[in-house]
Amino acid sequence: MGAEAAILVAPLAGGALLALIGHRRYAPEVNAAVSVVTFGAAALLVKRVIEEGSISALEEQFFVDSLNVFLVALTAFVSMTTSLFSRPYMRIERSHGRVTDAGMRLYHAMYQLFCFTMLLVLTTNNLGVMWVAMEAATLTTVLLVALYRTHASLEAAWKYFILCGVGIAQALFGTILVYFAAERILGSGMTALLWTHLDSVKAGLEPTVMSIAFVFLLVGYGTKVGLVPLHNWLPDAHAEGPTPISAVLSGLLLNVALYALIRFKVITDGALERPFAGALLTGFGLLSVAVAAFFLSRQRDIKRMFAYSSIEHMGLITFAFGLGGPVASFAGLLHMTVHSLTKSAIFFTVGHAAQKSGTQLMEGIRGLVRASPALGWGMMLGAVAILGLPPFGVFASEFLILTTAIAQQPWAAPILLVSLGVSFAAIFGKVQAMVFGEPTVARLPHRPALIPVFAHLGIVLLLGLYIPPYLVDWYRRAAQLIG
Amino acid sequence: MLAHYGPQLVNLLAAVLLLLAFAMLSQRRILSLINLFAFQGFILFMATVVVAMITGQTHLYWSAAVTLLLKVFLLPWILHRLIRRLNVKWDVETLVNIPTLMIFGLVLVILAFNLAAPISLLAGTVTRSTLGIALASLLLSFLMMITRSKAVPQVVAFLAMENSLFFAATATVYGMPMVVELGIALDVLVASLILGVFLFQIRSRFDSVDTRHLERLREQ
Repeated sequence: MGAEAAILVAPLAGGALLALIGHRRYAPEVNAAVSVVTFGAAALLVKRVIEEGSISALEEQFFVDSLNVFLVALTAFVSMTTSLFSRPYMRIERSHGRVTDAGMRLYHAMYQLFCFTMLLVLTTNNLGVMWVAMEAATLTTVLLVALYRTHASLEAAWKYFILCGVGIAQALFGTILVYFAAERILGSGMTALLWTHLDSVKAGLEPTVMSIAFVFLLVGYGTKVGLVPLHNWLPDAHAEGPTPISAVLSGLLLNVALYALIRFKVITDGALERPFAGALLTGFGLLSVAVAAFFLSRQRDIKRMFAYSSIEHMGLITFAFGLGGPVASFAGLLHMTVHSLTKSAIFFTVGHAAQKSGTQLMEGIRGLVRASPALGWGMMLGAVAILGLPPFGVFASEFLILTTAIAQQPWAAPILLVSLGVSFAAIFGKVQAMVFGEPTVARLPHRPALIPVFAHLGIVLLLGLYIPPYLVDWYRRAAQLIG
Repeated sequence: MLAHYGPQLVNLLAAVLLLLAFAMLSQRRILSLINLFAFQGFILFMATVVVAMITGQTHLYWSAAVTLLLKVFLLPWILHRLIRRLNVKWDVETLVNIPTLMIFGLVLVILAFNLAAPISLLAGTVTRSTLGIALASLLLSFLMMITRSKAVPQVVAFLAMENSLFFAATATVYGMPMVVELGIALDVLVASLILGVFLFQIRSRFDSVDTRHLERLREQ
């Protein structure tokens, strides 16, 4: 493995280090530095996968191919920019007295451990370890959601813990069943849980067991993706936790959970020789898009509204992977990338806007452009991007998903169009009112972090105008893996 | 001798597990609930040891040892301390309509057996007939979780759910590989510690650990 191992070692060691450093003045800088190191290691890993193709390490316990390497890069990048954003953000929260010193220590240590668990889910080849890491990702974030110790945040964290705990238990049962099906071919022991081995014998896996297993896995990991009707925890956890956590939950954790589902979908569809898993994903994806769009228009809390928007977009991605085929999978991967970048950028601006106004209620946030032009325009551009207006990248991926849907499942296209229209009207109207008009906002004690916002939006814009050929190649190869 | 009586013994223990799941579902006193949970852990430990003896799978002895340590001693001890410190030791929960709950539980058991039947047929393990019971107690713990309104019983339900999953793994595949099982045990331990911290936060905020206080976040 070599230097690339740092993608796991750095956040794990960083978490321990930050627990020791505690609330000292330079803790946010250390946190950012650890994330930068992680991103550097991810870049090395990407380079190596491009040069050598898929690689495995530690007796095949870790496995990286074109599908997960792009998610590793995305996760490392967004967690780096989020750590940069959280430097001023958490300092402002501290000086507003919303977080205690102990809270800052918890926040920094858990932030790194959370990144570690996500990267472990992405790089492990062992489906059992994948489950353990996914559960650990819930555990590291549950106390962060409750960081402010308010009534609402405690309630949100409790809901998050119970729902995801119940969900993830179903996923464990599914994993046991997959192991059971694999054991009959691969023999008992560790190899029967390695994804690469399962993938090579997938045609021989017992179809009945695999289909029951996939239903349990869909309920389990689907809870973490936020698929309707398992999405109840998501808006609360996003709205009540600190904003950097909302950004990484929305931008990264949901992707990572969906990644786990995709890995199982590949095996299940291979075993059944018909798109059983694909059909389930299509259905749940479509339901999520439709339900989220209508809930979205009724929200008053800005973070809740964008949380519903995340459910909508995760539904869209799930739908695309459910359709399958080179174009839809390509579009799904592209949408994963642009959604994660755009949504985290939006949460960065939302976080500072809420700090300036002293409220998360949208009627209390007014005139951002007048008070702080960069922040206001950042939010406006982010909203325009997430709504899928050209020339941003979200337009390209949504366009591809829609055209494939029209070709393959024509009945789904009107539902998608109406939902996208409803969410467009809701978000655009509300964001416009917040951005323009007479300002109600105050100055912040620290300079807000706006570079990450524009870095993200810049990349999304770039992906809408021109996708570099090596990236196209990369997505194509990953899409082939998904099938 | 063991080859003959062993599988029957496992079946017996599995039946006790199912009974315990029903007992936990209807138990109103928090203290008794924790004792039932510890007893469930002990039955699980016995079942794992018996399966290990029948099959000669040495790694099962290790997971039995982990079960004994974690689920019979450590977790019940943590829970006992927790209810003493939270001062809810003698709390009695008002459960509405236990007979209806029981009938609903019975329906879940039938459902679980039906779902498990095709899988059990394929299993080559001596313990395959117990998969239905494992799934049934998983669903019963799930039912318990959604019918309780106090935080500690919800935590116990969460842990009971994990116990059922462990039993399912033992019954169908003679346990998961060791690394995975240790990982799961670690997760469960960390989860219960975090929940403990969390319960204190809830208590200091609301002066009670009744999760009915936690129903304010709703869609308007």
